[in-house]
Amino acid sequence: MSEHAILWTALSVLLLPMLSYVIIFFFGKMLPRKGDWVGVTLLGATLVQAVRIFVHFWQMGDSQLRYEGGFRWLDVGQFTADAGMLVDGMTAIMLVVVSLVSFLVHLFSVGYMHGDRRYERYFAFLGFFTFSMMGIVLANGLLFLYVFWELVGLASYLLIGFFFHKPTAADANKKAFLTNRVGDFGFFIGIMIFFTAYGTFNYMELFAQMQLAPLTGALLTWAGVGLFMGCIGKSAQAPLHIWLPDAMEGPTPVSALIHAATMVAAGVYMVARLLPLFDPNALLVIAYIGSITAILGATIALVKTDIKKSLAFSTISQLGYMVMAMGVGASAAGMFHLTTHAFFKALLFLGAGSVIHAVHTQEMPLMGGLRKKMPITFVTFFIATLAISGVPFFSGFYSKDAILAGALAFGMQGKTMIPFILALAAAGITAFYMFRMLFMTFMGKPRDEERYSHAHESPWTMSVPLMVLAVLAIVSAGWKGPADSWFSKFVTSYDLPAITAEYGHQENHIVESDHHVVVDDHAVVHVEEHATSESDAAHGDSHGDAHDDVSHKAHSMAMVMSIAIAGLGIFLSWLAYMKKAFSTEAIKTRLNPVYKVLQNKYYFDEIYAATVYKFVLGLAWLNAAFDRVVIDGIVNGSATVTKIGGWITGSIFDRYVVDGMVNGVGNLIQGAGQGMRRVQTGRVQTYLLYVCTSIVILVFVFRAL
Amino acid sequence: MEVGLAHYLTVGAILFSLGIFAVMTRRNAVALLMGVELILNGANVNFVAFSRYVETSIDGHLMAAFVIVLAAAEAAVALAIVLAMFRNFGTVHVDSVDSLKQ
Repeated sequence: MSEHAILWTALSVLLLPMLSYVIIFFFGKMLPRKGDWVGVTLLGATLVQAVRIFVHFWQMGDSQLRYEGGFRWLDVGQFTADAGMLVDGMTAIMLVVVSLVSFLVHLFSVGYMHGDRRYERYFAFLGFFTFSMMGIVLANGLLFLYVFWELVGLASYLLIGFFFHKPTAADANKKAFLTNRVGDFGFFIGIMIFFTAYGTFNYMELFAQMQLAPLTGALLTWAGVGLFMGCIGKSAQAPLHIWLPDAMEGPTPVSALIHAATMVAAGVYMVARLLPLFDPNALLVIAYIGSITAILGATIALVKTDIKKSLAFSTISQLGYMVMAMGVGASAAGMFHLTTHAFFKALLFLGAGSVIHAVHTQEMPLMGGLRKKMPITFVTFFIATLAISGVPFFSGFYSKDAILAGALAFGMQGKTMIPFILALAAAGITAFYMFRMLFMTFMGKPRDEERYSHAHESPWTMSVPLMVLAVLAIVSAGWKGPADSWFSKFVTSYDLPAITAEYGHQENHIVESDHHVVVDDHAVVHVEEHATSESDAAHGDSHGDAHDDVSHKAHSMAMVMSIAIAGLGIFLSWLAYMKKAFSTEAIKTRLNPVYKVLQNKYYFDEIYAATVYKFVLGLAWLNAAFDRVVIDGIVNGSATVTKIGGWITGSIFDRYVVDGMVNGVGNLIQGAGQGMRRVQTGRVQTYLLYVCTSIVILVFVFRAL
Repeated sequence: MEVGLAHYLTVGAILFSLGIFAVMTRRNAVALLMGVELILNGANVNFVAFSRYVETSIDGHLMAAFVIVLAAAEAAVALAIVLAMFRNFGTVHVDSVDSLKQ
């Protein structure tokens, strides 16, 4: 395909879901089956288009291949902004992931949402979400990234609160929206720092300018941390992860699409996309936040009995992995994990949805033994569990392994080992709680006979997506790490010297300003250094031979360790929940304080309630008081003044002056008339008398003349 | 004593004043018309006197003749009005004809 064709195809990928939204939103009620087939068909078309782009990149096999197109969107005085699309390997993968999961979720929802009162609205929102997500993926600049960033937030808000008649759902969507707002605030600051420094939103121009005239010192770190705050909010990283578990109030397919596979991965995608803009300090922050999130989510998932809540914390933990990968310089591994995770986590959520659909509860203690009733769901869920636990030959193993290797290499290069240790522990815990979930749900004896007897396998619209995703959960990694598999054709790190050469000629007002003029010399050196290291590098994540050795060693070590710890986790889980070799209840009572802390999610909500919420509510109370006393005082005061003024003008001025004048004129004329009518006797003789008298008077007056 | 302009003017003025007096005081419309005749004739005396003593032309005389003719016409019209008045109001007293005032 030509560049032109690629861009038009990408545009269709963006607009087809929007079309689905518009059609179903406005005409859904009139269409047969409330228009669900419109959504499924258009998303199918979107998927086809996305796959066409994917195949093109596959054939070209060049990870630096890049198509960009757009137009001038705003031109106001000095300020200009472009709207455009950037299609490269990373985009191609994301397009397929998003459209595939979205398509399958549409299909699944046909069964899952069957008979819902707002069925057509649900499909409309799904289309809207997919459109927004495609926008994030395709945007070629920070401005439109931010616009679509907010749009997915809106879609997420609408879908979390889809069952808004439940107060918990209504609270959850507000919480998600407000928590994201905190992150987006930082994100916006980060964007604005880069925009004020370089005068452009375009990624490639920014990268080029960064090479030519890097921001200095703390400003760059803070700009990076600001951008990362967007990721903290959207990708549910600690400490803003609190919204994601609550977001499970939404319909389960929505959880699979938005809160597991795509939207929450947007933060990771954003960091991967903007990686050259982060300096080492910011990356260190990212690595720490990511690894802390990974362990935090995993430990909470251990104790949750609600199957969706447990999966939500699992998602938080896995997102922590991806984010950490960005921080430790294994960004390709992070994107790789994003891809594989999207499939197996969507599968887990849809599997959970299938179970919930069958037994009408989310509490795992009320399930059990469901493998006999729901064989397809069981097998697919099992595959996903193996994938997420990091069992070899399943996709999750390769991506997680690559991340752990990156973290280990990061530690071995003399940086901190903490991310690796936390991530490794999280990997073990992940294996444990995922098998716990599998055992409690599908194995053993049914704990609630009545629910068990009503359970049934889901219809084909629900089971087909499960099977498709199960296949992808096995094969999507291609049995190789990100550097060697198909993935390396799509994503490696940016070829910055080439980008600088291509985009660097742009006018740059920073270079002209005084304290940055000198930077030019450095920039040349920097670029040359980079060029040599790039040519030596075998693939994306390495920067030279020494590093290559380290990463190679790290890779084999990490693989052994990750298999060992995953095996350990699975074994312990089997002992505890299948063999009943030791009682989990006993551990629970013995480690009661720890259990309580985990069950209460490390008291994050309580801490926020005691500090942030209290502060905000206090501020709101103060503002309300200010409003009541000062603003209302001014308003009421001015009303009183106006009232008095009105009384004065109305009752006094108007009555006595204006009316006085009007009536006075009337009275005067009436009086004059009264006086004059006496003169008009109607007698000719009287008139004549007047005439004569007047003449006599006139004669005397004018006598002198 | 020689008769001069002043004597004529005096006669004219007396006639005029008598006429005015009649017009103002008489209630009978016919007597009122007579007063008007006196006023006109007082003016005629003046015209002729001025013509004789001041201008020594016949302009004054001509004007006097005009006035006599005019007075005749006026008397004819006025008497017709008085007749109409009598027919409408049943009286020729001018002060009882005041329906315009009410």
